Amino acid sequence: MPGTLIIAETVEGAVAPLSFELLAAARSLVDQGGGSVSALVAGDESLAQPLFEHGADAVYLAPAGSLVSGYAETGVAAALAACEAAGAEVVLMGQTSLGRDLAPLMAFRLNTAVAMDCLSLELQEGRLRATRSCYGGNANAEVTWRGETQIATLKLKAWDALEPDTSRNGSVVPVEAAGEQRVRVISTEAAEATGVRLEDAEVVVSGGRGLGDPSAFSMMEELSELLGGATGASRAACDLGWYPPSQQVGLTGKTVTPNLYIAVGISGASQHMAGMSGSKNIIAINRDPDANMVQVARFAVIEDYKKVVPALIDAIKGLD
Amino acid sequence: MNIVVCVKQIPDPETPASQFAVDNAAKRVIPAQGIAPVVNPYDPQATEAALRLKDAAGEGKITVISLGEESARDAIKHALAMGADEGILLSDPDFENIDNFQTSLALARAIEKVGDVDLVLMGRASADWDMGVAPIGVAEQLGLPCVTIAKSMELEGDTLTVERVLDDGFQTVEVDTPAVVSISNEFGEPRYPQLRQIMLAAKKTVQVWSADDLELEDEDAGEDNRWLGLEALYIPEVESNVEIIEGDSPEDQARNLALKLREAKLI
Repeated sequence: MPGTLIIAETVEGAVAPLSFELLAAARSLVDQGGGSVSALVAGDESLAQPLFEHGADAVYLAPAGSLVSGYAETGVAAALAACEAAGAEVVLMGQTSLGRDLAPLMAFRLNTAVAMDCLSLELQEGRLRATRSCYGGNANAEVTWRGETQIATLKLKAWDALEPDTSRNGSVVPVEAAGEQRVRVISTEAAEATGVRLEDAEVVVSGGRGLGDPSAFSMMEELSELLGGATGASRAACDLGWYPPSQQVGLTGKTVTPNLYIAVGISGASQHMAGMSGSKNIIAINRDPDANMVQVARFAVIEDYKKVVPALIDAIKGLD
Repeated sequence: MNIVVCVKQIPDPETPASQFAVDNAAKRVIPAQGIAPVVNPYDPQATEAALRLKDAAGEGKITVISLGEESARDAIKHALAMGADEGILLSDPDFENIDNFQTSLALARAIEKVGDVDLVLMGRASADWDMGVAPIGVAEQLGLPCVTIAKSMELEGDTLTVERVLDDGFQTVEVDTPAVVSISNEFGEPRYPQLRQIMLAAKKTVQVWSADDLELEDEDAGEDNRWLGLEALYIPEVESNVEIIEGDSPEDQARNLALKLREAKLI
């Protein structure tokens, strides 16, 4: 009976929410193709129950600290052991700092391929077929595996966790994590939280080449401050020296997923979309109705931003 | 000190979405007219990282390797113009449309052929497929440790200290050379090639190695031998649900937008 193995992660000693998304994805595969769902987690036995409740049939328990970023060489030993014990043909993990290292490492050790950051999964004749985004979101690719074990990382928040079922239970099996750890971790620090970081902001106002004028960024800042958000810029604007590169949103800049993303004078090339396409609500202010950013937006104003943005600032101030 | 930098040529990620086209049957991107391919945006940072180590050590040789078509010479030339010493193009009909597993093997064989390599540097991912798998693949094929997504790096003796970018912070790690390191955009601005260097780079030789030169078996390369099968490539249908905000004047449109945002509880 082939199975699906998920690699759970923990945050501050508890199971990280992405683990439940992985379990939901694994459950739907097993519902179609049969088999059972196993979860590998590192830490103490109390971590098993939430995994059972969210869809695991069996839990493999690795030593604490063996499945965190920086320790992929240790973690891969546990992942390989759990994969073998579970008879898993599909292995799923999150597109996280750990998954980015662990998934390829495991694939090369098993002489099989890996698909990163998958958006959806399906089974065809018992084999996995995954859809993933490429070319900065301009294209989708559907991929399959030649090797026996099919390893994938899943895009975060692309699956909804199942409602917990407290009646579910299963077996807990310890596994070792005896990998040769050649990379020595010296220290790990959380990013400092001073002011509204671009990556954490719930509102981001970004300007692009279409602003035509570096001084227009003060207008972007006024709008973002009014909304309690952060100010970003496209690569084109940063390359022109209009705004600091640290505030660049895009492929070679920051990735943001705010609730509200206001794009002013940004056409929406894949370089930029790669950094903000996860935004929940996109607003485009652009003179070109055919601009890609307008197409993907929820609301768009097709006008000269120089007239719209100051009026928008006044209108928002007048709302309360 | 011998450093290898791997670079890749890709379609320009600044290509407007309206000019991005895919040949669905061939499962390939159709090059946009008048938009030249570019060096993968993360790769000049890998070259920059190599140059900084060489500057700090006061000695060393930087070899640039690219797997790709004849046009990938431009990606190598760019690194040479930045200051790298030698270039090698891995070119073979059997290298077209191969996957990152096959690419990793070919790069690893080339690095072995260069010989006595202390450090392999690569961009954190290529912006076309955006997988970030090849640095780990190259390391595994060479039996070396790999440190990914570096924002800074220091070499003292045989010990490399690397600051990595994590999802929610930073991490400092140490590793003994030889090793593979993937470089992130946080590494800082790569130097811009000066005219004199561009002219010097034109004189630097670029060797071309084929699959045979790398002693690859038939089944190691070739599109038909991919480990990750590419079944379909297409432009996803973006259902445009955009609501264009109308109004009698730009000010009126702005007011209507503010009302819409409030109605949707977005502000």
